[in-house]
Amino acid sequence: MPVADTATPRPNSLRTGPDARGRFGGFGGRFVAETLMPLILEVEHAYAAARADPSFQAELDLYLRDYVGRPSPLWFAERLTRAIGGAKVYFKRDELNHTGAHKINNCMGQILLARRMGKTRIIAETGAGQHGVATATVCALFGLPCVIYMGAVDVERQQPNVFRMKLLGAEVRPVTSGAATLKDAMNEALRDWVANVGDTYYLIGTVAGPHPYPAMVRDFQCVIGEEAKAQLHAAEGRLPDVAVAAVGGGSNAMGLFHPFLDDAGVRLIGVEAAGHGLDTHEHAASISRGRPGVLHGNLTYLLQDEDGQIEEAHSISAGLDYPGIGPEHSWLHEIGRVEYAAVTDAEALEAFQLCTRTEGIIPALEPSHALAQVQKLAPTLPADAIILMNLCGRGDKDIFTVAQHLGVKL
Amino acid sequence: MSRIAARFAALRAEGRGALIPFLEAWDPDAATSMALLRGMPGAGADLIEIGCPFTDPMADGPTIQAAGRRALRAGATLSRTLAMVREFRREDRDTPIVLMGYLNPILSYDPARFCTDAAAAGVDGLIVVDLPTEEADLLLPHATAREIDVIRLVAPTTDAARLPKVLDGSSGFVYYVSITGITGTRSAAYDDLAAAIPRVRHATALPIAIGFGVRSPAQAAEAVRVADAAVVASALIDTLAASLDAEGRAQPDTVRRVLDQVRALADGVRGARSRAPQPQQTGNAG
Repeated sequence: MPVADTATPRPNSLRTGPDARGRFGGFGGRFVAETLMPLILEVEHAYAAARADPSFQAELDLYLRDYVGRPSPLWFAERLTRAIGGAKVYFKRDELNHTGAHKINNCMGQILLARRMGKTRIIAETGAGQHGVATATVCALFGLPCVIYMGAVDVERQQPNVFRMKLLGAEVRPVTSGAATLKDAMNEALRDWVANVGDTYYLIGTVAGPHPYPAMVRDFQCVIGEEAKAQLHAAEGRLPDVAVAAVGGGSNAMGLFHPFLDDAGVRLIGVEAAGHGLDTHEHAASISRGRPGVLHGNLTYLLQDEDGQIEEAHSISAGLDYPGIGPEHSWLHEIGRVEYAAVTDAEALEAFQLCTRTEGIIPALEPSHALAQVQKLAPTLPADAIILMNLCGRGDKDIFTVAQHLGVKL
Repeated sequence: MSRIAARFAALRAEGRGALIPFLEAWDPDAATSMALLRGMPGAGADLIEIGCPFTDPMADGPTIQAAGRRALRAGATLSRTLAMVREFRREDRDTPIVLMGYLNPILSYDPARFCTDAAAAGVDGLIVVDLPTEEADLLLPHATAREIDVIRLVAPTTDAARLPKVLDGSSGFVYYVSITGITGTRSAAYDDLAAAIPRVRHATALPIAIGFGVRSPAQAAEAVRVADAAVVASALIDTLAASLDAEGRAQPDTVRRVLDQVRALADGVRGARSRAPQPQQTGNAG
């Protein structure tokens, strides 16, 4: 059974990382102030203990099934496949999860960990608000107070999600420092954590930050790839030829890719946001146009100037609007196991509309980037090839942005 | 003997603690911050800490964040910060200079080349906020090779088991972060410091400086009663920021106002131990 195969990495596996220092090759690590170091180590030890405890996984499985709604379906997008031509396109439908995106897989895992650790206050950063909503949701479920840091610019452009978080009982603190977007929200969350070391758990939303977060968030998101592998095996009796996912920080992509890393025949493609174009200054393509550096606790590819100052990212999708990427992606890029492509705002918008009209599914702008890459790739492959794409979020949150770009007044 | 060790040895002989004022390089412009740097030893600075501007200073509060933004807008870079030190050293061979900043600009510069250039410019020590002992090998060998001290941060969260590990490979002095929090937000109680510093003292022979939350001459005096040095940053930058015009430009009295405050802090530090309550000789005449 394929799921069982993936549970134990084989020798010479690409799935054994990170090492004891939290490194994937040369990437990752723990670059935080000394005040936070003991807390990071506490999270690491608590997570290692939880991981080894079958009752933790059993509890998580229960919540994932009965609250989140897992497993999410695998859908053969037949009309879309015909419209594009070429390879068969399957969607892993993580947009059907409770709260409408893959983010809650990770939030559920981490909130159970925070409870085991006896933490009584939760903080998180959010860009588009999807991780903020998922965090506020699990905090409501368990009755924990929750503070969400969100760039003031994002607060302005994501009002519906801000209201959702408030309805769920979270306090949303707008961050005005820097460019007032996701990067600055993460700085502010780290500053909060330094000042509230005793009772607070920082629930990071992506596969970045200091060790153990990149590995832990990946582990909680691997349910995506594990389910998809088994579901595709049931549907087609084989592995996909290509797996495609959008990459901002990179949690949905790591969740999809990781269970396939040792399947050498499966091509893996991460899709970065090219914004207005890779050769402009307005994109979020850390791997395509960045270079390695240290930000937010980890060594990874970053958008930065020649003096090592961090540059602002741009994407139509607030969820991809981050100048860094998870360290495991940086490593997978360097060893060549995962290819990283980039898709512009305009291409993503076109894919958004295609998906909506051919499949009756309004995708979020993040997976619309993945779909735009699929549109380029599928016609180059034979009709019996299979592309597996992570449809990691639904687009309800994005209809206002899309309307604006299409020149429609709502 | 390094400049830092020599300075602390001299102060120990004098029987007093050190004042370490902080300035952010290029805040609000190159000329003003150079004038501040030049004026600090005369105003009573025993060592000087220069902040290296970074876009994402995650351990800093609003005051130093704003200083960094002003500096970056003015054109600050790491090599320009080194140039300031080089210029300062033409006139001052003795006052130790410690650079405080974040790792990424150093990585971008290249750690080996940076340490070579920093040593040549006359930098004596480095405090890299987001480089804990677990990652120190990125920088430590290069700094050691150029005889630059790598100054470690010890926090209230650093427990006894971890302390020796944090101090391993440290030199110059130990920087005790007196609060769990970011710079410029709140201050530690004297009793907390009096309890914490002996714990650190027990683990190292290096001088101990107290930073984060030291604002007034009285607080600086308290700090050097229990430790060897007081670092004052945000309070000085607040004064600088208050002196700027609406466009954030320095005014004719900007440098004087900041240096006056350094003088007041230095008076506090110099008077601390003579004014400290001496153990009473219970000279009971009867």
